[in-house]
Amino acid sequence: MSNSSFPSEEFSLEALRARDKNEFARLVEASSGAIYRLALKMLGDQQDAEDALQETFLKAFRGLPNFDGRSSLSTWLYRIATNEALMLLRKRKVQFVSIDEPLDTDEVEQEPLEIVDWCCIPETELLSAEARRHLDQAIESLSPNLRIVFLLRDIEGLSTQETAQVLNLSETAVKTRLSRARLSLREQLSSYYGNIVRREAAKGD
Amino acid sequence: MDHETCHHLLSSLSSYVDQDLGPELCAEIERHLAGCENCRVVINTLRKTIDLYHVTAPDTEMPDSVRRRLYASLELDDFLK
Repeated sequence: MSNSSFPSEEFSLEALRARDKNEFARLVEASSGAIYRLALKMLGDQQDAEDALQETFLKAFRGLPNFDGRSSLSTWLYRIATNEALMLLRKRKVQFVSIDEPLDTDEVEQEPLEIVDWCCIPETELLSAEARRHLDQAIESLSPNLRIVFLLRDIEGLSTQETAQVLNLSETAVKTRLSRARLSLREQLSSYYGNIVRREAAKGD
Repeated sequence: MDHETCHHLLSSLSSYVDQDLGPELCAEIERHLAGCENCRVVINTLRKTIDLYHVTAPDTEMPDSVRRRLYASLELDDFLK
């Protein structure tokens, strides 16, 4: 699967390296939506996401003359954005020592505890405003290492290889982290949707 | 239920959903799924979990005010459409 959110081949690398404003504006227009989404879902805060967004493109503009084209433009931008987001998270961690550290699911596969088939819940319930909040909360509960892999692969649609390039990881490591992230999310969603299934079943009794 | 097999196959389910497994492991999982209701539920809900995130991903849009401030910070105001 390779359907990352913006195609790089449509841009003139020559113009970008020469910091042609017109070409840079086209790149910003095509890619800023995806970069903002990644930052927002990674940081869970609009102001932080906006800061990371601006910083990403400022750094990209400065770095363009040295862009060697070994990776695609999108991979390169995602890497800058990822580094910005992770840096903001580290800063935040120094400022606030939280007692609600996310469950550390990095090292093991989440053993399935919730075995409820909630696939048949009507679409309106699956995608209600409350359900969407649970989808977001579940992402936020992942450790940053798992969260970033999940966002790049399953939200932004990068391939395993592209994700590995962005994060400087092996493809095996990407697959392992993706598996742990997905199983953890499945567990949390099953807990939420499972309650709806049980509630509906109780009504029927 | 052969719980040991469930546990053994757990780390391969994500790649199975992506159709990114060798034929042997794939066949092993399918044999197990045929006889294990719990793992079928896990696979179905795992697929649905990924699907829900795919479906809702495009709903996160950058607010226009954020876009304007981004263009301003990059001195690209002239290119705002």
